[in-house]
Amino acid sequence: MYWTLVPFKVIGSFVHKFIRELGRMGCFLAESFFWMFFPPYLLQRIIKQVNFIGVKTTPVIVLTGLFTGMVLALQTYYALAKFGAESSLGPVVSLSLIRELGPVISALMVTGCAGSAVTAEIGIMRISEQIDALDAMALNPYKYLIIPNLKAGILSLPLLNAIFVVVGIFGGYAVGSGLMGISSGTYFGGIQDFVNIRDILEGIYKSLSFGILITWISCYKGYYTGYGAEGVSKATTQAVVLSSVVILIWDYFMTSILVS
Amino acid sequence: MIEVIDLYKSFHGCEVLRGVNLKVEEGQILALIGGSGKGKSVLLRHIIGLVKPDRGKILIDNQDVSKLRGRMLKRLKERLGIVFQGGALFDSMTVFENIAFPLREKTRMKSLQIRDTVFRELARVGLSGAENKYPSQISGGMKKRVALARCLVMNPEIVLFDEPTTGLDPLIGKAIHKLIRECQKSFNFTAIIVTHEIPAIFSMVDRVAMLYDGKILAAGTPEEIKMSKDPVIHQFICGELEGPIGIN
Repeated sequence: MYWTLVPFKVIGSFVHKFIRELGRMGCFLAESFFWMFFPPYLLQRIIKQVNFIGVKTTPVIVLTGLFTGMVLALQTYYALAKFGAESSLGPVVSLSLIRELGPVISALMVTGCAGSAVTAEIGIMRISEQIDALDAMALNPYKYLIIPNLKAGILSLPLLNAIFVVVGIFGGYAVGSGLMGISSGTYFGGIQDFVNIRDILEGIYKSLSFGILITWISCYKGYYTGYGAEGVSKATTQAVVLSSVVILIWDYFMTSILVS
Repeated sequence: MIEVIDLYKSFHGCEVLRGVNLKVEEGQILALIGGSGKGKSVLLRHIIGLVKPDRGKILIDNQDVSKLRGRMLKRLKERLGIVFQGGALFDSMTVFENIAFPLREKTRMKSLQIRDTVFRELARVGLSGAENKYPSQISGGMKKRVALARCLVMNPEIVLFDEPTTGLDPLIGKAIHKLIRECQKSFNFTAIIVTHEIPAIFSMVDRVAMLYDGKILAAGTPEEIKMSKDPVIHQFICGELEGPIGIN
């Protein structure tokens, strides 16, 4: 081959690999959704995964939500004070949390806490032939491993987002009222006036879609993990990085659609 | 009856199976021998439908496993069982739950019936009292016996064993061979055992087949294989370093 063609070969092979991976991920998600509507529905396994993805992540969500709300109030207060608009602290903090920071940060926390663990668990099951054992028993691995995680993600993320937002609003209130002297009436009255159902729905839609994204990417990376411990560790890192990047990119597109 | 006809399989351009032909009659135990990494486990995976061949057929009672899809494949898999090399036990479940798992998922047995069946199987494999242990708390030999119990609890017609005694001490290895033979006599299943336990395996199987260079080099009774004049077979079963088989 002529050396001038080498860059084309490199780019071509990269694009080919990227498209193939994207197609495989798409098929993985489509197959998961397809099997979601057929029994067995494995309620106990779904509850177990809700406990794992949702309940066990709650302390982290509470902590990050509290401090996000507090720092947001602190930063916003000084900016608002320049325009004499301190009374808008409540609406600004709550709208930022409800529409943007709540869904995104809670999703990033779930990715770090639960997404990585889901990838590692499924990856270990793959390399230790446990998934093959399921398949050999004529049991569908999607139904036993992927769908419970997907359903748990869809259920948990909006709830975790709600917890994050509520705790964040109270964190903002603690700073606004405790340090800056804003009355509770001003803070919460402003929230009542400016936050409407569309804002709340926007946050719910986002967190729902993030729930699907996180569990989809985490399960996919675990299911198609490489060989040995190194393969699982690589898959786990890839799952966290890819999920985090996709959450931010998807957030932009969701916002542009929902805002318009 | 299992019949493998002209089976080919490559992975990333590396040809592992190059025209495998093999026949196992009903109720027989066949030992599949051959070098490490030469495709014996791949062949088992084809038989149970976990891997699709590039070319060729795998017939089980005249049904081609590689052509079956959906419910038909599921039905066929329900007649088969496999004991994986590492046991492939579900590590988040106890020994009891591992054995009960296929019964819970595939049958309509009541809890009490499942409990009795699991305890009976545990007694059969000599593991009474280990039901509450997790796979990480038991030895390699015990894991293989639990895997055997989990496989046999569904009464399969065909059982595939992927190196059931590898990594075990000679006594435990012998005990597992004896257990397989006893179970085969009581259930009358057809079995294929991938093994390196030569010559110990010769005393418990009906036939032996040797996989070499992606093909079945020879298949016959243990006596026929032992008496074979083929230099490859002779070198392999005698474990000689010098001969046509390269060590690498």
